[in-house]
Amino acid sequence: MTASLFRLEGVSKRYGGVRALENARLECGHGRIHAVLGENGAGKSTLIKVMSGVVRPDAGTMELSGKPLVLDSPAAASRAGIVSVFQELSLLPDLSVADNIGITNPPTRFGLIDRRAQRRMAEEALARVGAGDIHPLAPVGQLPLSRRQMVEIAKALVRSPKILILDEATSALTAADVAGVFRVLRELRDQGLAIVYISHRMNEIAELADDCSVYRNGRHVGTFPAASKSPHEIIEMMIGREYTSVFPPRRAEAPTAPPALAVKKLCWAGRLKDIDLEVRPGEIVGLGGLEGQGQRDLLLALFGALKGLTGTVEVNGARVSLSNPRRTRIAGGGIALVPEDRKTEGLMLPMTVRDNLSFAAIGQFSRFGFIDRKAQEAALARMMDLLKIRAGGIDDPVASLSGGNQQKVVIGKWLMTSPKIILLNDPTRGIDVGTKQELYRLMRDLADADAAILFYSTDYAELIGCCDRVLILYDGAIIRALEGEAMNERNIVTSAHNLAVEVAQGAP
Amino acid sequence: MRQDWGYRLAPHRGLLLAVGLFVVMFAMFISHHPAGFSSNVLNTAANKGALLAFVAMAQTLPVLTSGLDLSVGNVFVLTNCLASTVVTGSAEHAALGVVLVLATGLACGALNGAIVVFGRLQPIIATLATGAMYHGVALLLRPEPGGEVHEGFADFMTGSVAGGIPFAMILLVGVVLVIWLPYRLSTLGRAAYAVGSSEQAAYMSGVPVARAKFLAYVLAGLLASIAGLLLTCLTYSGEANALLGGSYTLNSIAAVVLGGTSLYGGSGGAIGSILGAFVLRTIGDLLFVFDMNPLWQPLFLGIVLVVSVGLGSLRLLRIKSRLELYR
Repeated sequence: MTASLFRLEGVSKRYGGVRALENARLECGHGRIHAVLGENGAGKSTLIKVMSGVVRPDAGTMELSGKPLVLDSPAAASRAGIVSVFQELSLLPDLSVADNIGITNPPTRFGLIDRRAQRRMAEEALARVGAGDIHPLAPVGQLPLSRRQMVEIAKALVRSPKILILDEATSALTAADVAGVFRVLRELRDQGLAIVYISHRMNEIAELADDCSVYRNGRHVGTFPAASKSPHEIIEMMIGREYTSVFPPRRAEAPTAPPALAVKKLCWAGRLKDIDLEVRPGEIVGLGGLEGQGQRDLLLALFGALKGLTGTVEVNGARVSLSNPRRTRIAGGGIALVPEDRKTEGLMLPMTVRDNLSFAAIGQFSRFGFIDRKAQEAALARMMDLLKIRAGGIDDPVASLSGGNQQKVVIGKWLMTSPKIILLNDPTRGIDVGTKQELYRLMRDLADADAAILFYSTDYAELIGCCDRVLILYDGAIIRALEGEAMNERNIVTSAHNLAVEVAQGAP
Repeated sequence: MRQDWGYRLAPHRGLLLAVGLFVVMFAMFISHHPAGFSSNVLNTAANKGALLAFVAMAQTLPVLTSGLDLSVGNVFVLTNCLASTVVTGSAEHAALGVVLVLATGLACGALNGAIVVFGRLQPIIATLATGAMYHGVALLLRPEPGGEVHEGFADFMTGSVAGGIPFAMILLVGVVLVIWLPYRLSTLGRAAYAVGSSEQAAYMSGVPVARAKFLAYVLAGLLASIAGLLLTCLTYSGEANALLGGSYTLNSIAAVVLGGTSLYGGSGGAIGSILGAFVLRTIGDLLFVFDMNPLWQPLFLGIVLVVSVGLGSLRLLRIKSRLELYR
């Protein structure tokens, strides 16, 4: 490696009890493209956030051109010459493309923004990345996702960075756009920039990167020249962590009942593509893959939160129209969704445990539109006992509970409706190991009581341990179904990166 | 390039709607007015409209940052009371008084901004509280309606200049040219739009979020104090009228929305709000010239508001994920 331009040493960051980065290191040289790799939750995004001033690390140091660097805001990082391209995170939807590109440091005349110069600057930047088709006066919010991503990249370029960080910057782009972006990145590298590149697409990394660093569980695993390892060797480095969780045993024989949930050719807004799947009563089917490949949209679609779906969904053999969550929750004996973000989508945080647990099934203990508190308390006591929810009392605000117990309240709320189909959107994220194991147990018990469970998790070990089958999504489509012996971490990670699996794969 | 025009006009659809509405209503008003189109009629309409127009401009700035300023009406009333006390005596004394009135507006705005930005309180409750404080100070200044104002200054402010153009209009245009347009083109002005569009993205883009919000509230105070000064010139007195403050605050929000500024922030502008203010004022005048009971006015106003805001939410029909309706 040439003389290092940027060095990050011993950086650690914890969120609550969760370790996101532990003694991480990264070194970038002039004129090098450095790929950072790791599976979901390996600490890549936290690393990028530290480098771009969004997150302050608990420990560790950074150096730029040999001088110590302390970043307390994205503006400070930008001034230091570190510019990040996030996944459309930093675009202002109401402002025009030109305004967005010029937002950090607009050209001015007499102290006011020179809109002509700004427009020229925007046009040049767009042309440079090969996105000259984007009109500089169009409001960003009206552009399709792939165009917005190009604006984001153009916006980074005009800030004349020394270090350019791209976090999954190409995930929404078309092949032609990717080629344009790669051409610019190589040009910038030849001009001496250091580029940090995060992508889940192995072929991109092989094509672009000079150096690679692999992260696992928040730790730096190794750094090596890109050409020195094959994609499969890199994947070996990314997995191979210790398993600490114990999973309950599966059923002896596979369920044979007709499917409780059958989805055919489900499409939505270009983000779900021809989804076919079946879940039988008693079965836990996993949804795997990298984050943001359509898993969340699929669960929302099945719960009736999306508009403009095409394809058919059958519940217990009867076709249902998924028009809104209020109706879906009673379709075919009940569908429940445990949403991704319990704090915004799952709970009313300031309200009591009693209220939160009651919302989905409030009809059960209401008479003439009034809540029968005795019947309610009896039902809640059963649920709190079943899930072992630890709360000061049922009239405590749910915000006062620990994360694990909050998640149990979200799950309990839906179990009150005795659903036959349960959709779980990453339910164990950010909760402690003990509660996780209780949830695994609970999922298996529910399945044994003939519920059909569709379970999305970003934790591959969990998918392997809990599920009867795992479907891997990539770019909105199910690209592989794994079961039995083929359902192992290597195959899941390999499939998630859209690479062919080496060993025999399960029947779809 | 035709496309350019499309993009240039698109953000001003709300404004154009307000302009159209105003032109139609004003034409009806003038054509049915018993006195017809005269300098006098024009002047009265202009002065009444300008008061609300300044307060609505003031409201626009916090709204663009996706905030709200419930104290604008009370700053208006406070500066009215102050002006009726200090814009008096000799020309020099009155001039100093004007400076003091404007400085008070700035100070009120700065207090609002400081509480919202550095105290991190929600704008609604912060400005509700400061608004009550400003009203309290106004009452202390002028427990009973009264006071006076430098007559030459007042007549100049409310009269017409050569050609019969009301001075209030010239003042309005002047404020747009000297305060609003430079603000809109300044880095901090655009930062305000950025903050209103997405505060998180603005922060991630290195936009000076705190300074932009602070300045929006400060300028809101200043603009409201210009309205207070104008009111003093119209009435030759000051009054700590709580109802007046409240109704100007609420009407300013209505004018902002009528003028095409989104209450979510990030899009719109003060010129639309000026037009919105004139539309609201003309509704009352129309009822008058058509000899209708003035009691109809609130009903009419409500209908105009609901219809024009309803047009703005047609876009919701295009949303694909129902969750986004609740964002």
